[in-house]
Amino acid sequence: MKTSFWLAGATALALAQPAVAADPIKIGFVSTFSGPTAVIGNDMRNSFELALDHLGRKMDGKPVEVIYEDDQQKPDVGKQKTEKLVQSDKVDFIVGYIWSNVLLASLKTAVDSKTFLISANAGPSQLAGELCSPYVFSTSWQNDQTPQAMGTYMNQKGVKSVFLIGPNYAAGKDMLAGVKSTFKGQVVGEEYTVWPSQLDFSAELSKARNSKAEAIFVFYPGAAGVQFLNQYAQAGIKQQIPLYTAFTIDELSLPLQKENALGVPGAQQWVNDLPNEQNKKFVTDYRKKYANLRPTFYGAQSYDAANLINSAVVAVKGDLTKKDAMKAEMEKVNFKSVRGPYKYGNNHIPIQNFYLQDVVKDGEGQLALKTVATIVENDQDRFHDKCPMK
Amino acid sequence: MFLLIEQLLNGLQFGLLLFLLAAGLTLVFGIMDFVNLAHGSLYMMGAYFAATFVGWTDSFVLGAILALAATLLLGIALEFVALRHLYGRDHLDQVLATFGLILFFNDMVRLIWGPAGLALPLPAWLTTPVQLLPGVYYPAYRLSIIIVALLVAAMLYLVVMRTRIGMLIRAGASNREMIGALGINIKLLFTLVFGLGAALAGLAGLMQAPILTVQIGMGENILILAFVIIVIGGIGSIRGAFLAAIFVGIIDTLGRAFLPDLLRKVLSGAAASTAAPALSSMLIYLLMAIVLVLRPEGLFPATKR
Repeated sequence: MKTSFWLAGATALALAQPAVAADPIKIGFVSTFSGPTAVIGNDMRNSFELALDHLGRKMDGKPVEVIYEDDQQKPDVGKQKTEKLVQSDKVDFIVGYIWSNVLLASLKTAVDSKTFLISANAGPSQLAGELCSPYVFSTSWQNDQTPQAMGTYMNQKGVKSVFLIGPNYAAGKDMLAGVKSTFKGQVVGEEYTVWPSQLDFSAELSKARNSKAEAIFVFYPGAAGVQFLNQYAQAGIKQQIPLYTAFTIDELSLPLQKENALGVPGAQQWVNDLPNEQNKKFVTDYRKKYANLRPTFYGAQSYDAANLINSAVVAVKGDLTKKDAMKAEMEKVNFKSVRGPYKYGNNHIPIQNFYLQDVVKDGEGQLALKTVATIVENDQDRFHDKCPMK
Repeated sequence: MFLLIEQLLNGLQFGLLLFLLAAGLTLVFGIMDFVNLAHGSLYMMGAYFAATFVGWTDSFVLGAILALAATLLLGIALEFVALRHLYGRDHLDQVLATFGLILFFNDMVRLIWGPAGLALPLPAWLTTPVQLLPGVYYPAYRLSIIIVALLVAAMLYLVVMRTRIGMLIRAGASNREMIGALGINIKLLFTLVFGLGAALAGLAGLMQAPILTVQIGMGENILILAFVIIVIGGIGSIRGAFLAAIFVGIIDTLGRAFLPDLLRKVLSGAAASTAAPALSSMLIYLLMAIVLVLRPEGLFPATKR
């Protein structure tokens, strides 16, 4: 009943619109909407839609049309969908991209057509370095930054040796390289697993236990993070070697990881309890609009992406041909990010704080993520020197 | 040395799990001459049933038994409603129809249980590691998979080699037309065999569920391995499936465990880390290719037709 009411309303709006505004702002959104990691894509879509609600579904008075495309977590499919959005839909902006390998495959299409691309998650090192572009902005981070913060935290804890485990694709390599760049102790082992098909980590866990390392670091986004924590606990290694993570525990995986995640620290540039006004509004309204769901950092970055685009559209008063002016405006970060204020480096990657997050029981008796400390302030990625833009 | 023992156990556990999946597949393929791509969906359904029933009954063992029965019934129903009509068709039609079933099951699961996946928590007595030898710890749950799978393999052996049903199954594997001509109710036999295969797949799914998560499409990757195993072992041969599964499990695990270190002796660190996972996942396909060249009928083929 409720759905049909909304449908009727939407139809009426759709019928009414051509008379009012013929020229909507077109945004293409590429993310994963099928398969085991579809929950991440859904969270990004939910947050993007919420941001549009907060903007009155208009940018500088013009209606906004979003075309969502499913990349199936495959680089070739992501590239095809990006080509479709650029060449046949002729979108003004492309947003999204969870996976570094999908973004790297799709990047050239967007850049060659001078379409603005906002990465709302993936941050491969190449994007921050030699492949940086005036038309590409990130509302997330460069892959190495978060594990670098984790490496710094392990130094603070006095950890002397670590065993690294991660998936064998662009982001996995960046993540492990990131830890190694800041961690001062000894790296006693480094394992890469087949991505995304390998979900049994028994061989890697046995090696980690036998390495006698003081700590294990892992990067396993999505469902793989649930499986890793399960197997880590079942093997009894949780009592022997503490675990440090990046992008492995979030609001989507936590309900499945449950007690296994208690006491396992992670680093992140956004946590749901960051005490700024726009973040409170984002988290509260998200939970109101999508019952039983909580926003993740993927969502927070997508929410920021919508606001970043809006700032550019408003600055040129809706004239989307003024690409230089839009680029200049976006470089100023002239909107209120839910992570708090940040700046852009020369390569359009955020210079931002990274926080230590921990898993605790919240007031509702549910497991939730909580900010414990700031690990690094105003951190800039280590590839910006390689970017030819000044 | 301890590491090697632990890794061999990991390989054995993985192999035995694959055996449960491959046993059903090889029976159905060998006896009924039916290619069932939806075998992985039955594995997935076993896991979803278990997660649901364990939630309802609050008992892991009871939930698992209920899930096993549910998958058995589902398999029989599936054979009765859909697959029975495909026996006379050629393999391509069967592939097409059962591929459709994969899509059907994936979307049905999405409708009933949602897209997010479920967790199947273990009871406390299965989450602690067991000390096998001084200094060798092994997860209790993985150990219990090894024990259960070995028991099932032994039971399967007794049923196939020592009972009348088993005799019919073996007869069916070597000459289908002949046992029909001898007045055996072949339809009933096929339904039973398919139900048995479904229950074995369901058992594999529900035992794998606490290690992995219960999610849509979980049966698709592992099904490819099961096909590799029945090709290596010989189509229709349970003994072949058993030995090939253990072989594949151990090769896969040892490859993942020791190949990176071996490669690092020849290649630079970064190149070795990248190449090792790719190479180790190729090992079993390499094994399959070699077996196909040397013995196209598999290592332990069922009696010649």
